[in-house]
Amino acid sequence: MNRVVVTGFGPVTPVGVGIDAFWEALTAGRSGIDRIQRFDPSGLPVQIAGEVHGFAPEDWMTPKEVKRTDRAVHFAIGAAKLAWTDAGEPSVDRARTGVMFSTGIGGLDSLLKQHLVLLEKGPDRVSPFMVPMLMPNAAAGHVAMAFGFTGPNACITTACAAGSHAVGEAFRLIKYGLADVCIAGGTEASILPLTVAGFAQMQALTRNPDPAKASRPFDKNRDGFVLSEGAGAVVLEEAGRALSRGARIYAEVCGYGASADAHHITAPEPEGLGAIQALQAALEEAGESPDGVEYINAHGTSTQLNDAAETRAIKKTLGDHAYRTAVSSTKSMTGHMLGAAGAVEAGVAALAVHTGLMPPTINYETPDEECDLDYVPNQARQGEVRLALSNAFGFGGHNAVVALRRFED
Amino acid sequence: MEMAELEQKVCKILADNLSVPEDQVTPSARFQEDLDADSLDLVEAVLALEEEFGVTIPEEEMEGVRTVGQAIQLVAAKLGVAA
Repeated sequence: MNRVVVTGFGPVTPVGVGIDAFWEALTAGRSGIDRIQRFDPSGLPVQIAGEVHGFAPEDWMTPKEVKRTDRAVHFAIGAAKLAWTDAGEPSVDRARTGVMFSTGIGGLDSLLKQHLVLLEKGPDRVSPFMVPMLMPNAAAGHVAMAFGFTGPNACITTACAAGSHAVGEAFRLIKYGLADVCIAGGTEASILPLTVAGFAQMQALTRNPDPAKASRPFDKNRDGFVLSEGAGAVVLEEAGRALSRGARIYAEVCGYGASADAHHITAPEPEGLGAIQALQAALEEAGESPDGVEYINAHGTSTQLNDAAETRAIKKTLGDHAYRTAVSSTKSMTGHMLGAAGAVEAGVAALAVHTGLMPPTINYETPDEECDLDYVPNQARQGEVRLALSNAFGFGGHNAVVALRRFED
Repeated sequence: MEMAELEQKVCKILADNLSVPEDQVTPSARFQEDLDADSLDLVEAVLALEEEFGVTIPEEEMEGVRTVGQAIQLVAAKLGVAA
């Protein structure tokens, strides 16, 4: 069985593009949420979101590729190339290099634009590029093309858990010898009037009009998540090859737990049973006991239901040690990047292991008796992080937990 | 419309649509070999031409079209513009 390490990370997020800007913002506790600027949100029930700024797709793709792909693919290509550069552009056997690139929603913007063409101009005017632009797996295909990687390639669409599933499944590909290297990531570009309306109708979005204060995971006055966009990609490598090429290793991916709530299509199982199953599976695969966990990058969406159920799941899994574990939600700053979140946050957990720096949960002001853990309130913390977990739970009842630890040869 | 004007317009639309520099889009340029246009690119380019000139170009009429010059001739014939 192979060991698997993280050697590169590429974030494209509302708080920053590229690892330096991203990590600086996150550890400074800076929010990336603002009033929606890509379209006029007047008239919508929610007018804030986490948009990516300072990202030009032309920096990463040819003009023709930019035109023929959805914004979700632009982010994915940017994140994958950033991660690959960060990993030192290793030379690889292309057939042994895989891509797992997830999304929650796919190219919805492209779909909606062409639907308008259909209604206004008729079927003969619909673009032949509509299908390849809207399909959720487009990012996985385009990332493979950008690098020429012909190894295993897929897109897992499990809503807000998708990015974590990509990392976990890529980890397994390398662990079981089906690939040497993988780019694993998630992408999302679905801040649109329709999605804002849809998520708002579910009562899933915060109605807090103050952008920087709206995402407040685990705070008593949380009232929903902030819709965000972005992408994240990590480069995973078989440990031996990473060592022999002298790669900088952020962390070892040592466990992955996946489960289903089998309870409700959107509400979490209130006792967190599905999440507990995934947490326990990740720890078991890692061969770690629950009291070894030093940091958890929580799913922490800032909805009443998630944060309470997640807290219960962490307490049930870690027992008393839960109170000695630092748990933070970086969604307090990035908002919820849906299918990209898990990939970005696995990168955060890897950086926490690498640096010992744990980003805070910002906007944590009023404790909630249901959420009584150490959420690293408002200020980043320096400490020992040997073992970290990254949680992701998605509509559909999907749970995915990735375990990362300091790599020791 | 004069032929020269039509030619210029078609070339401009194709250059925009195929994301290639305008000076590469000459009547002798071949779509696939010179302009890197695949079959989907061509469908999209035809849509743009139809939109601009208010004509209909059925798929079967595009079948033999390999060069920019042939596309210009096709549009010219639809519009009754003489060479």
